[in-house]
Amino acid sequence: MAQILKGETGDWEIVIGMEVHAQITANSKLFSGASTDFGGAPNTHVSLVDAAMPGMLPVLNEMCVEQAVRTGLGLNAQINLHSEFERKNYFYPDLPQGYQISQYLHPIVGKGEIEIDLPDGSVKKIGITRLHLEQDAGKSIHDQHPTKSYVDLNRSGCALMEIVSEPDIRDADEACAYLAKLRMILRYLGTCDGNMEEGSMRADVNVSVRRPGAALGTRCEIKNVNSLKAVQMAIDYEARRQIEIIEGNGAIVQETRLWDPAKGETRSMRSKEDAHDYRYFPDPDLLPLELKHDWVGQIKETLPELPDQKKHRFMLSYGLSAYDSSVLIAEKVRADYYETVAQGCDAKLAANWVINELLGILNKDGKAITESPIGAANLGQLIARISDSTISGKIAKDVFAEMYATGQTADSIIEGKGLKQVTDTGAIEKIVDEVIAENPDNVAAYKSGKDKLFGFFVGQVMKKSQGKANPDMVNDLLKKKL
Amino acid sequence: MTNLTHLNIAQALEGLKKKEFTSVELTQAHVKATEEFRHLNAYVTETSELALKQAAESDARRAKGQVGLLEGIPLAIKDLYCTKGVRTTASSRILDNFVPPYESTVSGNLFRDGAVMLGKTSLDEFAMGSSNTTSAYGNVISPWKRNNGDNADLVPGGSSGGSSAIVAARAAMGATGTDTGGSIRQPASFTGIAGIKPTYGRCSRWGIIAFASSLDQAGPFARTVEDCALMLRSMAGYDPKDSTCADRPVPDYTAALTGNVKGLRVGIPKEYNVEGLSPEIAKLWDQGKDWLKSGGAEIVDISLPHSKYALPVYYIIAPAECSSNLARYDGIRYGVRAEGESLNDVYMNTRAQGFGDEVKRRIMIGTYVLSAGYYDAYYTKAQKIRRLIAEDFARAFEKCDVILSPTAPSAAFAIGENQDDPIKMYLNDVFTIPASLAGLPGMSVPAGLDSQGLPLGLQIIGKAWDEETVLRTGHFVETAANFTAMPQMLMKKAA
Repeated sequence: MAQILKGETGDWEIVIGMEVHAQITANSKLFSGASTDFGGAPNTHVSLVDAAMPGMLPVLNEMCVEQAVRTGLGLNAQINLHSEFERKNYFYPDLPQGYQISQYLHPIVGKGEIEIDLPDGSVKKIGITRLHLEQDAGKSIHDQHPTKSYVDLNRSGCALMEIVSEPDIRDADEACAYLAKLRMILRYLGTCDGNMEEGSMRADVNVSVRRPGAALGTRCEIKNVNSLKAVQMAIDYEARRQIEIIEGNGAIVQETRLWDPAKGETRSMRSKEDAHDYRYFPDPDLLPLELKHDWVGQIKETLPELPDQKKHRFMLSYGLSAYDSSVLIAEKVRADYYETVAQGCDAKLAANWVINELLGILNKDGKAITESPIGAANLGQLIARISDSTISGKIAKDVFAEMYATGQTADSIIEGKGLKQVTDTGAIEKIVDEVIAENPDNVAAYKSGKDKLFGFFVGQVMKKSQGKANPDMVNDLLKKKL
Repeated sequence: MTNLTHLNIAQALEGLKKKEFTSVELTQAHVKATEEFRHLNAYVTETSELALKQAAESDARRAKGQVGLLEGIPLAIKDLYCTKGVRTTASSRILDNFVPPYESTVSGNLFRDGAVMLGKTSLDEFAMGSSNTTSAYGNVISPWKRNNGDNADLVPGGSSGGSSAIVAARAAMGATGTDTGGSIRQPASFTGIAGIKPTYGRCSRWGIIAFASSLDQAGPFARTVEDCALMLRSMAGYDPKDSTCADRPVPDYTAALTGNVKGLRVGIPKEYNVEGLSPEIAKLWDQGKDWLKSGGAEIVDISLPHSKYALPVYYIIAPAECSSNLARYDGIRYGVRAEGESLNDVYMNTRAQGFGDEVKRRIMIGTYVLSAGYYDAYYTKAQKIRRLIAEDFARAFEKCDVILSPTAPSAAFAIGENQDDPIKMYLNDVFTIPASLAGLPGMSVPAGLDSQGLPLGLQIIGKAWDEETVLRTGHFVETAANFTAMPQMLMKKAA
């Protein structure tokens, strides 16, 4: 359930819409052939077009269009076969043309929707209003010189997708779930690396409050929200701020506000009155973008299995819980890893091992699954050895630790250390007899009704066998002999 | 050798081929003429040294049998075309120090075909004007004078006034121009030479400094229609670097000059018979009809009902586009920067000092018509009427093959005239703007003199991509008119 905030005068509901800027994964920029590599020396990935030299003209990069269409399809959205580029005019040194080429009245992607997974395990649909293509600006650097600013145009002209949601989001958790899901979808599609730290995915959050079920309130747009944590904190702060104003008989002013992560507050950046008049008009240097239905169809055929599809398949074909499935599909590489593990062993057991053991230790070490010292097939082998009773689950954990440390295969460790489980009835019987003989007092106590002592005998037998005795057989024999 | 400058391009190519003279000799003659006509102020930058070097290279190529379409022909390039390593100013103070590290596609095409560059010709600042009086480098003077003895300096037309003046003065064999609303046709008419604006998309705009992107089109000036055909063939062609440039084959335009107009249907738009059209212009127009009729053409009355809206529509769309196109001249990355206390001061000082009044006027008009609350009333409405104007032409061309009209409502005026009334200045382009809005090819051909001895041109407008019929008709009119008058300054020189 969406969070309801208690104010002094009653309940409040938060209404949130998101505008996400996602940098398109492509080798070159939206309208020029310059490289999009991150981290180059300043102003080294700048073409004559990006620097807006006189007489230069934009030429649309087909790859970027393909990526936008692929993303639109991944968001279950309408692909507009006719779209147009417009100029958004404003002056700033990191905007060489004096305008940003964007899409305004006719975006390439229309309405769509995605499902978000909430912490309580429920699922909610969030509407997508539109996705449009636009150029990124360069970067202004103000803190390197007392009186001068520096401009780096490497990012200038890189392709962005602006993805706008409907105001369907009702609290910070949902907002984070939306961002996380969107990022997951983009990564699955390979259309954006989703890296918020490097700025290749940025979110602006529109927040308003209202009495539950009432008409929409006046919204404020919050910028500079650069992590999931910031989204959470900024929404909570902003909702409280607005409620306080309204409850104090004030009115919310529509404005753009900046999130200050150091102070943990939002502050006014510019009011509606100060808002730029961007003077959008169709870019006369570019013809309207006309897509062929068949071309879109071809892209559709190459779409990978998307997170929700994968999740449902994991639940159905591997019999996993919704929670385990969600954890496993969170990254495509993780899901792929899991499926390789599960190929040669019990699928549910495989899920437990991947989630609890592997992800546990990788998280602790700050490693990605792609850096795991244990290959997926090896982990599968280890789990298979539990299932075929070669080793016990307990021994398996030791083997796992050894595999993680050395990168050796499960079989070679089991072999090398002689960890193979004892399933020879005679050998186990011999140990059971010894244990019974060595503990006459406890035997007597057990026989007089102290059932709890059974565990003691199991422990003694396992200890004597160095953990190698098959636990089921130990149980059976002890029951028989006691 | 002086008469080398009186050859036209076709004749010069023949002379070069027959080894009657070399490109160096031809170029030297033009460099000399350039010096003699320096008082016209036609060039922002003369490149005589470069021209002589290019001419020597051309001669070397010719000796090896490598002969381009315009091999060894000295031309002038409008200073709106970026030329690699040669200062390019758009006649604006804001680009006073700008040296492009790249060559515009169209000038590059001319050099590929062997042309030699004499210099960069002056223009109205950023091609905004009809008189070449808005250049930051001073007025360009036409080599023509009125025969009334007033000795007033006349404008060469605009915006490509440096190009028209220098070709009319026989100091360049041809020149490039750009035409947004008439900037090739009107100066050609004013200076008694030929000029063609091809179909929008025929020539690449890449590397030509933008004024109004949906209208700007490159084209040639020369003293004959045939020379225009030769130059256009070299200049035109598909360029993947310009998304609005058409991927169509370029015909051999000279082959279209058959001298035959039999059966050609020539449309006469009744709306161009504007109130107050001077009797001299009306007479010349009638003369044009008669020539064509006597050649077997059929004269057809047509209607272009939305013509009266063309001028206001143009003066919304062109400023709207220019207000955005000129935003890049901010003093940050190149060009002239005026310092200031804050970023806004740098912008304001740079642009206040860098741009002239006419450019500022149009930026302000353009900014206004694109503003929230005014956009629909101006820009959207203008775009709708622009479509109606294009539809007028499409309907008219069901009944005719070309349209004949005057090029301009008057002959060249004196510098200073029309100066205090921008609207009156804008009216100069009343006959040329409709075809620009429709993206159609149009050319001006010298057809006669007015009572003051000044040249007047006739305009031929064609169907999209049908420059061949325009050139064929223009060539016929040129032949019939037998325009042999020379600018007074040349006659004085000869005497």
